Amino acid sequence: MSNAEPAPKRQLPAWSLPAGAAESLEVPTVWPSRVTREWAWGGSTGKGVRVCILDSGIELGHPLVGEIEGAVAVQVEDDEVNVVEDTEGDLCGHGTACAGIVRSIAPDCSLFSVRVLGAGFTGSGTALLGGLRWAVEQGFQIINMSLSTTKSQFAGMLHEVADAAYFRRTVLVASAHNMPVESYPWRFSSVISVGSHEEKEPVAFFYNPSPPVEFFARGVDVEVAWLGGGSARSTGNSFATPHMTAICALILGKHSELTPFQLKHLLYLTASNVVDEDG
Amino acid sequence: MAELEAAVAAGVLASEEAHRQLLQATVEVARGLFSAKASSVFLYDEETDELVFEAVAGEGADTLIGQRIPSSTGIAGWVLVTRQPIVLEDVTQDPRWGGGEIAEQTGYVPKGLMAVPLLHQEDPVGVLNVLDRPQEARFTLEEMELLGLFANQAAISLDLLRKARRARAVLEGSGSDLEALARLARSLDQLEGKEREAGIELLRSLESLLKR
Repeated sequence: MSNAEPAPKRQLPAWSLPAGAAESLEVPTVWPSRVTREWAWGGSTGKGVRVCILDSGIELGHPLVGEIEGAVAVQVEDDEVNVVEDTEGDLCGHGTACAGIVRSIAPDCSLFSVRVLGAGFTGSGTALLGGLRWAVEQGFQIINMSLSTTKSQFAGMLHEVADAAYFRRTVLVASAHNMPVESYPWRFSSVISVGSHEEKEPVAFFYNPSPPVEFFARGVDVEVAWLGGGSARSTGNSFATPHMTAICALILGKHSELTPFQLKHLLYLTASNVVDEDG
Repeated sequence: MAELEAAVAAGVLASEEAHRQLLQATVEVARGLFSAKASSVFLYDEETDELVFEAVAGEGADTLIGQRIPSSTGIAGWVLVTRQPIVLEDVTQDPRWGGGEIAEQTGYVPKGLMAVPLLHQEDPVGVLNVLDRPQEARFTLEEMELLGLFANQAAISLDLLRKARRARAVLEGSGSDLEALARLARSLDQLEGKEREAGIELLRSLESLLKR
């Protein structure tokens, strides 16, 4: 083969690795033999990372949130989904709280609001799915989903979108349910699912070897941004999730080439109950 | 057959009140369990796509029942749509949070709340709120799980109430004949002793008369 003309590249619809092609699989990051938090995100501010907050909107000009890249609202009419520019800000305060948590840990990441609330409850599952689809198409590196649906009719479609995101290098960080019920998308293995721990340290997080919930992050008695430029103390898995989102933003700010698989592996290696050194 | 239907209808009419009492007892217990100033349940009204105050214990008990808010706004709306429980404490500077319009109407402005979705099978049927706990009581994850367990009971109460109402709507929609029979059966059920015997005798006479 070496003296002959190079064979034209063939595009075969098969998923295999021909002989000699292994070197074409570039894995740019060389990991140290002992991974530390310093290597994972030391010095990072989340700069260059686009984070989407799929929630109730973000209040514009909130001092704990600062500038945001943009905001859209998902509207549902007769099962048709429209994504329009959002000028209403936040309809209940929750999205602003999530955005503020991400900002407090990853100050230089870009925040974008996709509001899936406000269309009424009837269209909420459709809005959630439509908003997630739209966000995945936009190519955000991280989508924070402090929400879920119990409607099994959406489970299959959400699963497809979650897998599509995973392969497109969009990381979905999703809240596990605080109650013993089936809900989605946090149960899918292609997302990073988050529950709460009660410690105060913002970047303390734990790997859970007994899934479905894979990580625990700070979610109790958290000081968060709230409507009207104010703040509140709050508790819930929906506040643990943006802590994990922010840590992902720090890591991707330093190692932008990581795939969601690699990112999750790095989260495992740097989890407070796994890593063998302090931060 | 009509008698059987009437009996069922009588059960429906009586059970709505019983289920309302069960729901009221539920919020009373929730209030006591968490030493809160108030506890309330929102029912999700499918027809209007709104949340309606269905039971209230403590502050607002005399004014809030029947008040409505859009189904996907405010903290209760967020909880309903996202199926996630939430705790908020020491909310400052904000006139709009957590159904502020309701707070303005009643003059009761809570400082903090816990809210959990009420899920029946895969459908959220409403939201359970616990408002203003003692300042020194920190909310732990255990308490959130306790509230979650308690929410199951509230969800069942709410679902029973919803079903009773639907059944009544069906009866009322089916024409006045069945409704009249249902009320007759209910009245008969409330009688005792000789009055009841007389009532049944009267019905038998009516039946013979109708057969001719």
